[in-house]
Amino acid sequence: MYNPFSLKGKTILVTGASSGIGKITAIECSKLGANIIITGRNAERLQETFEMLEGANNQMIIADLSCDHSLDSLVEKCPILNGLVNNAGSTIMLPTQFISREKLMEVLEINTIAPILLTQKLIKRKKIQKNSSVVITDSISGVKVASPGNVLYSTSKSAIWGFVKNAALDLAGKQIRVNAVCPGMIETNILDNSMISNEEMSEDIKKYPLKRYGKPEEVAYAIIYLLSDASSFTTGASIVIDGGFTLT
Amino acid sequence: MEIKEFLQNFIDQFDDIDSKKITFNTKYREIDDWSSIIALSVLAMIDDEYDVQLNATEMRATETIEDLYKLVISKNN
Repeated sequence: MYNPFSLKGKTILVTGASSGIGKITAIECSKLGANIIITGRNAERLQETFEMLEGANNQMIIADLSCDHSLDSLVEKCPILNGLVNNAGSTIMLPTQFISREKLMEVLEINTIAPILLTQKLIKRKKIQKNSSVVITDSISGVKVASPGNVLYSTSKSAIWGFVKNAALDLAGKQIRVNAVCPGMIETNILDNSMISNEEMSEDIKKYPLKRYGKPEEVAYAIIYLLSDASSFTTGASIVIDGGFTLT
Repeated sequence: MEIKEFLQNFIDQFDDIDSKKITFNTKYREIDDWSSIIALSVLAMIDDEYDVQLNATEMRATETIEDLYKLVISKNN
């Protein structure tokens, strides 16, 4: 069947695959024929994702990307890749005057440092083939918009955008493309147990021209485009997926 | 933990406010300058000063500053 977005025969590593966008991305990529390696911190939830993957050549590797040893061991266990989705993310909501080094580092470690070092280590060990694609789950938060209490998240997500552009340039010689997706608010559990109430979320939804938050699938499909050969002339780019939020 | 100190910590999250008007019995959401960023500041202050992490649902169940203080005490012990 004709499908320029097919991932058949590609081996793709997805981080943060135990929930949200990472989980759905891994599942959708497997449905399009990719061999998937999923990684995450929570063994039980990672196993749940693993069982939902299609195909027989998938792997799961438990790893804490904020730990160097764990990162090295993940790189060691990885087969040669055609695609990497740096998706793991976290947030701590607080106003600027309450930033501490500890909390700043906690968010930077997962959202900024881990994707940079994972990409670097995989490239250095020649685990990412020529003509491969690296995708970063960035955000509209930071480069495009600011919102109350989002300072740490925004900082980490703006920093990674700088990495996307520079790595795209550096790796172009190897024919490795680096791109980002920038979602607005997506229905995931990243804000569970946070300080945001349901009422505040209902108010926030009204700010989206399409009058809803996005679904993880809607981000996964953009990631799939960037992983597929359909985007083979696209590098250092970002795709905004925000229901029109940044238009207003 | 003293309630007076808690009250002062609460008031400190506002920039321009007549502190005399704020008492333990004040329904804090009715304070003119109350906003989502002040709510985040209060929660961050409670985390910093009292090592208690509250979420929005728990906070929502409180009305006055004293309610909030009691909630913090109950989770601090």
